[in-house]
Amino acid sequence: MASASASAFEYAPAPESRSVVDIAPSYGLFIDGEFTEAADGKVFKTVSPSTEEVLSEVAQAGAEDVERAVKAARKAFASWSALPGSERAKYLFRIARIIQERSRELAVLETLDNGKPIKETRDADLPLVAAHFFYYAGWADKLGHAGYGANPRPLGVAGQVIPWNFPLLMLAWKIAPALATGNTVVLKPAETTPLSALFFADICRQAGLPKGVVNILPGYGDAGAALVAHPDVNKVAFTGSTAVGKEIARTVAGTHKKVTLELGGKGANIVFDDAPIDQAVEGIVNGIFFNQGQVCCAGSRLLVQESIEEELLDSLKRRLSTLRLGDPLDKNTDIGAINSAEQLARITSLVDAGQAEGAERWSPACELPSSGYWFAPTLFTQVTQAHRIARDEIFGPVLSVLTFRTPDEAVAKANNTPYGLSAGIWTEKGSRILAVANKLRAGVIWSNTFNKFDPTSPFGGYKESGFGREGGRHGLEAYLDV
Amino acid sequence: MPTAPTAHALTDVTSSDSSLRRFLHGLPGVDAVGLEARAASLGTRSIKTTAKAYAIDLAISMVDLTTLEGADTPGKVRALGAKAVHPDPTDRTTPATAAVCVYPDMVPAAKEAVAGSTVKVASVATAFPAGRAALDVKLADVRDAVSAGADEIDMVIDRGAFLAGHYLKVHDEITAVKEACGGSARLKVIFETGELSTYDNIRRASWLGMLAGADFIKTSTGKVAVNATPANTLLMLEAVRDFRAQTGVQVGVKPAGGIRTSKDAIKFLVLVNETVGEDWLDNHWFRFGASSLLNDLLMQRQKLATGRYSGPDYVTVD
Amino acid sequence: MSDKTETVARLSVFKTYKLYVGGKFPRSESGRVYEVSDQKDKWLANAPLASRKDARDAVVAARKAFGAWSGATAYNRGQILYRVAEMLEGRREQFVREVAEAEGLSKSKAAAQVDAAIDRWVWYAGWTDKIAQVVGGGNPVAGPFFNLSSPEPTGVVAVLAPQESSFLGLVSVIAPVIATGNTAIVIASEKSPLPALSLGEVLATSDLPGGVVNVLSGRTAEIAAPLAAHQDVNAIDLTGADETLATELEVAAADNLKRVLRPQPVDNAGWSADPGTGRMTAFLETKTVWHPTGSLGASGSAY
Repeated sequence: MASASASAFEYAPAPESRSVVDIAPSYGLFIDGEFTEAADGKVFKTVSPSTEEVLSEVAQAGAEDVERAVKAARKAFASWSALPGSERAKYLFRIARIIQERSRELAVLETLDNGKPIKETRDADLPLVAAHFFYYAGWADKLGHAGYGANPRPLGVAGQVIPWNFPLLMLAWKIAPALATGNTVVLKPAETTPLSALFFADICRQAGLPKGVVNILPGYGDAGAALVAHPDVNKVAFTGSTAVGKEIARTVAGTHKKVTLELGGKGANIVFDDAPIDQAVEGIVNGIFFNQGQVCCAGSRLLVQESIEEELLDSLKRRLSTLRLGDPLDKNTDIGAINSAEQLARITSLVDAGQAEGAERWSPACELPSSGYWFAPTLFTQVTQAHRIARDEIFGPVLSVLTFRTPDEAVAKANNTPYGLSAGIWTEKGSRILAVANKLRAGVIWSNTFNKFDPTSPFGGYKESGFGREGGRHGLEAYLDV
Repeated sequence: MPTAPTAHALTDVTSSDSSLRRFLHGLPGVDAVGLEARAASLGTRSIKTTAKAYAIDLAISMVDLTTLEGADTPGKVRALGAKAVHPDPTDRTTPATAAVCVYPDMVPAAKEAVAGSTVKVASVATAFPAGRAALDVKLADVRDAVSAGADEIDMVIDRGAFLAGHYLKVHDEITAVKEACGGSARLKVIFETGELSTYDNIRRASWLGMLAGADFIKTSTGKVAVNATPANTLLMLEAVRDFRAQTGVQVGVKPAGGIRTSKDAIKFLVLVNETVGEDWLDNHWFRFGASSLLNDLLMQRQKLATGRYSGPDYVTVD
Repeated sequence: MSDKTETVARLSVFKTYKLYVGGKFPRSESGRVYEVSDQKDKWLANAPLASRKDARDAVVAARKAFGAWSGATAYNRGQILYRVAEMLEGRREQFVREVAEAEGLSKSKAAAQVDAAIDRWVWYAGWTDKIAQVVGGGNPVAGPFFNLSSPEPTGVVAVLAPQESSFLGLVSVIAPVIATGNTAIVIASEKSPLPALSLGEVLATSDLPGGVVNVLSGRTAEIAAPLAAHQDVNAIDLTGADETLATELEVAAADNLKRVLRPQPVDNAGWSADPGTGRMTAFLETKTVWHPTGSLGASGSAY
């Protein structure tokens, strides 16, 4: 990697200042507009994955806290849902604006708690978070135009459980449409990344949001399970693993709860021989190394047409050698830390399986920091459909390269997975893009680009990648009685 | 570095107009959004402290300090030459620029001004900037500059012929100019990317120029609305990278026009660093065609040395 | 100290009301003004009496601004429209006074008008990135083709602002035109142009590019005639025209088939109703793109 080579133009460290954000030594749960301790007094520590330094101690929600939070949300629902849409809109616009104002602070916080590069939190996560609130703010007084009837009604209390890979962005995807449509929210952030959600609670305070409309419960899986199972929750929204998603589907069986699930993926990035090669290389890199590959829609399977395999792999390896891995707060870092020791262990075991099953492993020369959780960008060639690394979601910076000969074969291989979240198509031929896109069983198809997100654009999966869509006009449906 | 263009593996493609067209149109396409996004992303690199000092000195050493005005006089060119040799008279550790770039009739004055230094004299030629003249006239222009002592010739291609698809004509013209350079002068080929309009055209022109023996490929004359941009320079860097991989021949790149600040220049150096690497981080292989850029680099250099922001009164106006 | 100094009432500074054209505040090219009075005929200010040439300049400015404004992302336009609401909120008191004077309203009624106008900017700020999702979409044509219809702004729109509702009505006709990417030349209420001219000052400080909205004051019929006939104007909103003028202008507009929005009966109902989407769609074109999709291979699928 660049940081390890003796290049003449060596970039000096360019660290973003950590002092732009004040992290308190401890945080409570945010229930009914107040920070409060957990009923049983439990706390847990959140650490910086790049250094293993403890950032703060956070109250850990349990079943009793879920009870309190749902009650607060229920109480707030009556007046919140009765507000004219234009008034709800203005609260959401306020939140969007405050996020924009405080985005540097939030970017640093997110990078510290999650381990992802500041370049990404600054240029991707935070702008998307603010944009998402802006977009749904605008829907709050236009629901009658959204195609769900003249006067669609909210559902009630939404229980939302989000993952650690895009903590604040997933919060925005959940909370913005819920509030715009008139629901109130109890949200559980992931146990490894609770801080930005707790800062968001403070943003709600600055925006003057009525108490109880948004409640934040940091905690573990048990709290999430209690929230999902709570009888007074009308809507469940979950982003995370397919295994937990199935558990949730079982839990809500036989109830009237509306559910949306955004789960795992094993996205195929299909490169045809007439692709714009330099841009395809960038798209492949972005597809699997963005956020260290800890992205449900990552392009983790590269399907390359055999006739250009060698040329493409040469270019790809050359490009990987320029990636800069290291301190996530350094503005020049491309690859940050893996979010947790647990995740690192999962990546390591799948990569070991890949090697054991006979695939060929390659990484650029790369020095890993001595503390924290790190994994070098990794590429596997000689991968077949039967290998675990071609089938299981690794959720790490690991790309499996497979080849194909014809468009038919590419589509067949791309679809040959229980997942169906995303896919990429690289070719300069428009009709091929559309023909292939038609046949792919995936919810988001990127052509000559990858990992693009926009609040106006619906996102979600086919098959075991979940159901329901978030984003866009379609994203309203999940929170309306339609 | 092997430089004889006829020695490489692609000689066949220039054997006829149709084979040349097939080759150029067979190059991989360029997706504009992706190219521009990559250039913009590299533009967010944060170059600080020691890296910045290194980059500023490198950038100064890569400047082709340029004056191409109808009002140019030997006096103006002498001043420019003095500035090129000692860009900052108060600080002799400041590197000299790579070259001064002038019209052919100003070459003698420029030669005199930079005599005894490392600074080269580059001359635009071939009916710069429009390139609308008969080949004889263009070649005479080149010979005139070379015989006056020009070390480098910056020629313009016939954009009309290129856009009309007469690639072989453009190729042969470059070859003829290269021959007129007589083996002593290095040839920079200007595409006027703003007039070629599409990135596909810029990639094709880059390969065309290199096939015809260009020592450098250069974006622009500085005389049209769109000159050097991070995206078109990135694309040309990819072209020289791929050309060397195929032929073993290394070709230089010169963005020109519109690069006015140190910040801009450093972004271009990042493009070089991360696209083609250190082999090109040298003024033999990368240049900036610029005039006002130099003073901004000098002010930034002073800022790094003193910790204070400098002002235009502390650099020379030439 | 108990000096009995006579307190002299401070003499206020009058504002010179100017046109708003191309992001600048020119006086009228005519060099003329006309008297603006309140409902009780008390003089309020002199307003510029815009001429045909001012109208011509405004069209040039609006056309120049069209490329960048229509090319800006819908998100960006939404941010700017929301910024207008933010800036207006800060100058709320000024507009309440101007509206009260212009329309002879009590302070509280004028305040309600201004508040509604601010909220209307917010309403349209939210529409910029949604209108295409409501009026555009994919079409399932019977063949191997991708087929997508999207709305696009029609271009430069001349807007005759309502004569009675000097501010809420004004905002209600400007915002939908520019939300979708059109640029506008607005003829202020003839009798009550001051809120419109002050709005120009707000727009100029709201990140709205110069030329997107151009505000002219003067004789509506005099300014509207050249705009209705202008070959580089794409549409005209006749809200502020009486029946005779509206007909005349619609005839003139037929020359280059301008899109015409006739005066609506709802216009004089106080502008308080839900605006719907009609004022946006009136100035949108629908573009439909076809592209073959084809099949995966020449001989059908082997898989």
